[in-house]
Amino acid sequence: MGLRKFIDKIKPNFEEGGKLYCFHSFFDAMETFFYVPNKVTLNGAHVRDAVDMKRNMIYVLIALIPCFLFGTWNIGYQHFLSHAQEVTFWQTFGYGLLKVIPLYLVSYIVGLGIEIVFAQVRKEEVNEGYFVTGFLIPLIVPADIPLWMLALAVAFAVIIGKEVFGGSGMNIVNPALLARAFLFFSYPSQMSGDNIWIAEKADAYSGATPLGTLLNGGGVDQLPSMMEMFIGTIPGSVGETSKIAILIGALFLLLTGVASLRIMLSTFVGAAALGLLFTAIGVSDIPFYYHYLMGGFMFGAVFMATDPVTAAQTNKGKVIYGFLIGAMAVLIRVANPGYPEGMMLAILLLNVFAPLIDYCVVAMNISKRKKRWAKAEERSAK
Amino acid sequence: MIKVKKGIDIHLVGEAKKELKNYEPKLCAVKPHDFIGVVPKLHVVEGDEVKVGTVLFHNKNNESIFFTSPVSGTVKAVVRGEKRVILQVVIESDGKYEAIDFGKADPSKLSREQVIDKMIQSGTWTMLRQRPYSTIANPQDKPKCIAVSMFDTAPMAPDNNFVIENQYEAVKAGVEALAKMTDGVVYLNVNSSATAKKLASLNFSAKNISINEFEGPHPTGNISTQLNVLSPINKGEVVWYCYAQNLVSIGNLFINGTYDSRRTIAFTGSEVKDPVYYQTRIGAELSGLYNNISSDNVRIISGNVLTGTKINGDNFLGFYDSQVSVIPEGNHYQLFGWLAPNFKKFTSTNTMGASLCKKSKKVLDTNLNGGVRPLIMTGNFEKVFPFDIYPMQLIKACIIKDIDQMEELGIYEIDAEDFALCEVIDPSKTPIQQIVRESLEMLRKEMN
Repeated sequence: MGLRKFIDKIKPNFEEGGKLYCFHSFFDAMETFFYVPNKVTLNGAHVRDAVDMKRNMIYVLIALIPCFLFGTWNIGYQHFLSHAQEVTFWQTFGYGLLKVIPLYLVSYIVGLGIEIVFAQVRKEEVNEGYFVTGFLIPLIVPADIPLWMLALAVAFAVIIGKEVFGGSGMNIVNPALLARAFLFFSYPSQMSGDNIWIAEKADAYSGATPLGTLLNGGGVDQLPSMMEMFIGTIPGSVGETSKIAILIGALFLLLTGVASLRIMLSTFVGAAALGLLFTAIGVSDIPFYYHYLMGGFMFGAVFMATDPVTAAQTNKGKVIYGFLIGAMAVLIRVANPGYPEGMMLAILLLNVFAPLIDYCVVAMNISKRKKRWAKAEERSAK
Repeated sequence: MIKVKKGIDIHLVGEAKKELKNYEPKLCAVKPHDFIGVVPKLHVVEGDEVKVGTVLFHNKNNESIFFTSPVSGTVKAVVRGEKRVILQVVIESDGKYEAIDFGKADPSKLSREQVIDKMIQSGTWTMLRQRPYSTIANPQDKPKCIAVSMFDTAPMAPDNNFVIENQYEAVKAGVEALAKMTDGVVYLNVNSSATAKKLASLNFSAKNISINEFEGPHPTGNISTQLNVLSPINKGEVVWYCYAQNLVSIGNLFINGTYDSRRTIAFTGSEVKDPVYYQTRIGAELSGLYNNISSDNVRIISGNVLTGTKINGDNFLGFYDSQVSVIPEGNHYQLFGWLAPNFKKFTSTNTMGASLCKKSKKVLDTNLNGGVRPLIMTGNFEKVFPFDIYPMQLIKACIIKDIDQMEELGIYEIDAEDFALCEVIDPSKTPIQQIVRESLEMLRKEMN
């Protein structure tokens, strides 16, 4: 095959001692993108599962495509709605594309660039982790975010959030959320309020998100209809608005088994539990299912909370972890007067606590084993 | 009936037909590396005449353990490696199988010491191993119990119900001998009720025997899986174990008075023209069977595809192996393999075409199917790991060599082979068995 021959021909240049050795990580990433390598098992099991990390990561990306497509269209839709202009579907979608493509370019060029440099220095293969992170970041920011700000956030998330810990698989918190948190706390005026969620909004038009409306003292009756929130024709971050698109992605992730059902379900249950409690004791009059439909709850539950690196790793731990994320998100939304959205902070908080949850779960197993040891010792003493 | 739920069967093309052929090897080798922690001290030199049961070397670390010749003939070579480490003691067989007579006896009438002595002198003792660490059993220990796994669930594994079909007399003598060596129970673990019935009808004179029927996917046939249900190993305890054919050899030692070095192997794999069973000898040189292999670019494995040893090169059957697997080498590229439906490959996940036909028999090659990555995905090991142990956490404890944590997480209850399935399904392609094996070795050296 021509491509294979070409790769084999240029390969020696990138190997140790070759002229282009300083680009070997990049070459390697490209080669393994086209071809699964000819490496064979050297020790241990002689046959291996056909699944690899690339496939797992790419499947998350595929699951995000509905959100990406709808989000892109919705940018245009919200923009033209605020200007009260009637346009065709393709004009709407095209406007959205012009907004998101720069976001993606910045996200991938900055993020992957840093990844490749780190892989080169560490003499490792470039990890697929950033494909997902880089796809997520543009989906969780407002469409109008200044590109330099995005670049800064990406660099911060990749370097401080991931590479200093040793790269993909070693990080404590989800890098995509860290990027968003960085923006949120560094540039609050560009990341919150009622005027940033619609691209080039007409001044007179109210661009408040449902959560923003509630924060400003609006009641449930002032929110968009449940159907609108479910379909996603509301202002918000690029990828978070359409619950249908998110559910399609969730279904794909669950069918392929790439994401954890335990985490997803327990996140929903956690939110429902606290939501019901709050309405029962009269703290809040928002029905619990509104929490699912507003803001980034579903997007977070499906794509962020389930990140296997930063979530709890034990099966029991995952249930506790998910439940607490759901509960914490609702708690922040209802009880905190400063931030309208609690999902990002809830997930970041539980990312930090996930190792502790696992520690407790594993400690139960250990104490069970030690009890058995003690019993055995008693028996042999007799 | 004990049902094991977790695990996975890998269905491969090339299971052996139930047909037994004879294969007389011209050469046989005893390889010290087949035994964990054995440092050999030679008793023979090149050119010596030996019989079946002649001591070839003993273990410097435990002088009471002898390794004996599986055939009669002459010592052809002592193959040494780096730093003059002995790799193989090769015997050229004269085809007569003249054997040293260690004396017939009824094991149920012997004392524990007499049983042990006879087994050690003949070299049969080396078939009995211990957990933890999978080293040869130490005759000075008193094991908590002895477990015999009478079946094998690995891919294309030999059907021991077929292999020991006509050997129940030897099985009986073997069990009686084992029963002498522990105050605890001798567990005979089987996977068919017919075999269970036959065993029950043997009228053992020993009382401490328990027959258990197991059902479930691989690794149900592993000793650790069975022990985990029957009698989990606690810190400081020792359990002895062996497999069906070892039991037959032990029994035949008492019935015939000689070292029974026969071994029935299943010659299996997609690259074998006619997969059948061969009766041969322990440590047999296998190249005489290679005309039964259909292509050149193959990997020949002594043992199964999960835990066996690659043997292209020296071609000797491993001491504990009763299977040879021949599969294609996977040294080729696959265009966009990470996105392809891969109907013909194996997967435990639901991420590709192969997921739709998990039950069909496949031809698998040795390709790693991806690059090595950090451990990222979680929750998948638990599905194939039927122990009350957190596999990921234990692997990580092994990687950071934290002995306390390894102990607490249950490393004494498992062996590297129990992680074989985790290693197979790991999308990060981590060498898990090697990591666990090295940790067990470190622990063994630290504890003794």
